[in-house]
Amino acid sequence: MPTKNMIEAINDAHRVTMAADPDIVVFGEDVGYFGGVFRATAGLQQEFGKTRCFDAPISEGGIIGAAVGMAAYGLKPVVEIQFADYIYPGYDQIVSEVARMRYRTAGEWTMPMVIRSPYGGGIFGGQTHSQSPEALFTHVAGLKVVIPSTPLDAKGLLIAAIEDPDPVLFFEPKRIYNGPFDGHHDRPVTPWARHPDSEVPDGHYTVPLGKARIVRPGNDLTVIAYGTMVHVALAAVEENGIDAEVIDLRTLVPLDIATIEESVKKTGRALVVQEATKTSGFGSELATLIQERCFYHLEAPVARVTGWDTPYPHAYEWIYFPGPIRMRQALEKVMAE
Amino acid sequence: MSEPASPTLRNAPRLALHVPEPTYRPGDTPDFSKVVVPAAGSAPRPDSSAPSADSHPLVNHLVRVLDEDGRAVGPWDPRLSPDILRKMLADMVTVRVFDDRMYRAQRQGKTSFYMKCTGEEAIAVAAATALDRDDMCFPTYRQQGLLVARGYPLVDMMCQIYSNAGDKLHGRQLPIMYSDKPHGFFSISGNLGTQYPQAVGWAMASAIKGDSRIAMGWIGEGATAEGDFHSALTFAAVYQAPVILAVVNNQWAISSFSGIAGAEQSTFAARAVGYGIAGLRVDGNDALAVYAAVQWASERARANAGPSLIEFFTYRAEGHSTSDDPTGYRPAGEAQQWPLGDPVERLKAHLVGLGEWDDERHAALVADADKAVRAAQKQAEAQGILPQQGFDRIGSMFEDVYSDTPWHLAEQRDAALGEARIFLGRDVA
Repeated sequence: MPTKNMIEAINDAHRVTMAADPDIVVFGEDVGYFGGVFRATAGLQQEFGKTRCFDAPISEGGIIGAAVGMAAYGLKPVVEIQFADYIYPGYDQIVSEVARMRYRTAGEWTMPMVIRSPYGGGIFGGQTHSQSPEALFTHVAGLKVVIPSTPLDAKGLLIAAIEDPDPVLFFEPKRIYNGPFDGHHDRPVTPWARHPDSEVPDGHYTVPLGKARIVRPGNDLTVIAYGTMVHVALAAVEENGIDAEVIDLRTLVPLDIATIEESVKKTGRALVVQEATKTSGFGSELATLIQERCFYHLEAPVARVTGWDTPYPHAYEWIYFPGPIRMRQALEKVMAE
Repeated sequence: MSEPASPTLRNAPRLALHVPEPTYRPGDTPDFSKVVVPAAGSAPRPDSSAPSADSHPLVNHLVRVLDEDGRAVGPWDPRLSPDILRKMLADMVTVRVFDDRMYRAQRQGKTSFYMKCTGEEAIAVAAATALDRDDMCFPTYRQQGLLVARGYPLVDMMCQIYSNAGDKLHGRQLPIMYSDKPHGFFSISGNLGTQYPQAVGWAMASAIKGDSRIAMGWIGEGATAEGDFHSALTFAAVYQAPVILAVVNNQWAISSFSGIAGAEQSTFAARAVGYGIAGLRVDGNDALAVYAAVQWASERARANAGPSLIEFFTYRAEGHSTSDDPTGYRPAGEAQQWPLGDPVERLKAHLVGLGEWDDERHAALVADADKAVRAAQKQAEAQGILPQQGFDRIGSMFEDVYSDTPWHLAEQRDAALGEARIFLGRDVA
């Protein structure tokens, strides 16, 4: 089977869906001729033509707003916001328009679109190339939020997102575009080719939205993560010799609550992990749901590993990023209770 | 370390912030004699496929067809048949009567909210008449004339206003936030300006698919200050989208006069110049001028000659909404002083001048419109008014958030149904 990194898998998902459905259009800043600053749309304009894949003005509100109009016409826009940190000028269109269109028109108009955006830190991206704004979207009724952690999932989830009748925010952890990252920034980067989930089938397949994946079965603790933090959490669990069950959410909304509930009721302990700032982050929602639904099975308070409640700093990258040390401390604490 | 520069120590005047103020406030006597109103027929009509720059002298002019005596003059006269003129007049009268009835219904507590378009009826009605039926409109909340002109049932509009059993939006939307795909009327949003880039996107989609349909978007002069106005014009120009972008300059954004939106230094039509878009400034109370301008812009869009921006110069004759009292910020009699007059009276005078209309027929038209609106109101109210609504379709409150109902919404729906059972002492669906 061919090996792909996450960029190549995302590129392939575009190619497969665009070939099958002439209503899919792809646009965003530098997305057309150049193929995207991360190469996610490389070759699409050459293959499908300028009216299917094109460059957009630097206007996130305009990109999302135009996509709304296109979806209203009957197209399926797949747009890129160059960095999740720059999605805010489009936030009004996403929250007030995209998310609510089906509801406010009682299904007369729907918004089958995907908004792709690289997100997350660990790359010395500083304040505006590292943010994890997923909670700003999980809080909005009407949006689905998807975050892959492997090339295999990235392609299957993106195809599922493009084919989904609802609008999907598809956040791509750019730290792991080229290879998985376990948080040990002082070690050489490993390419995806050495990871089993880089074996990406050709052609069409989907990974269903709303379904989590148990990355590592275990009995003593449930660790819930998504994006880059799946790899950081998995490594920390192995390095600390804990028989933890590691769950990759893959979709934040709608959430696979059944998998979480079943796991926590089995292990009796839960640690939720996110790169994003702590207060009101998605981890808070996870912790609350676990407390509401698994209270009598819990042997310890639900713990959180998150970024600090500060803007994402440049020079303090490895103090800010929730890496192996913060993970180890949290694992020890939750196991000791 | 050097001392910070102080304006008092420099040989320069003190800077002064300019905060625009309207000429007249409550208690003043309005006088619009300084508003420049070019003579009807004086604006040239460039070819609709001409380079956008050919239209640019018109952004500081005013396209007018109907003169002081109601005669159609000049190159913009669309030469409409008396039947079309009478249809436009009837639609405008219906809109005005409808507005009055619904305003009263709100005052009677039958609904929570209403917004009239009094004085601006020509803009939506004449545009709808000039467009093809399958062109998509992206309106604001003050283009109810589009629905009326396109034959959307008055009773359906009222059911939406009453949020009742006949409301196709299931009581989810604030009154007047209509939506109707078959009549080419895009879902209205409370968020100002958002529909402007959406109209451009719809037009881009039509071009991508090689369709022949075009889009028309509306915005008020106040909302041109929103970022979406800029992004819409940029996208329209970049992709030469087949779109008509209308700015309804009715002088007032709630209590803020148009100067607060930037009217003091240039017209809103003049914004088109910087984007390289064709621009027109049009007498918004002249139904023939509105028709002619939209026809010109639609020919242009359909010929792949590019987008247009049209400023319709008009006056918001009544309060912003049922929640607004304009006597708090402007003179009470200002609408009567407005130099462009009343769009209904001007179209009526034109038809009378043609010998195609008279006072008797007009009185009958108003009476018929009143009768039709009252009949629709009766029919709508038979399906309920707002204070009676909200408990019979609770399940629907949780539908259409997504294409299906995820577990968390199913749980919340069941909880809400449980609350309603306690509240009402009976089961609801």
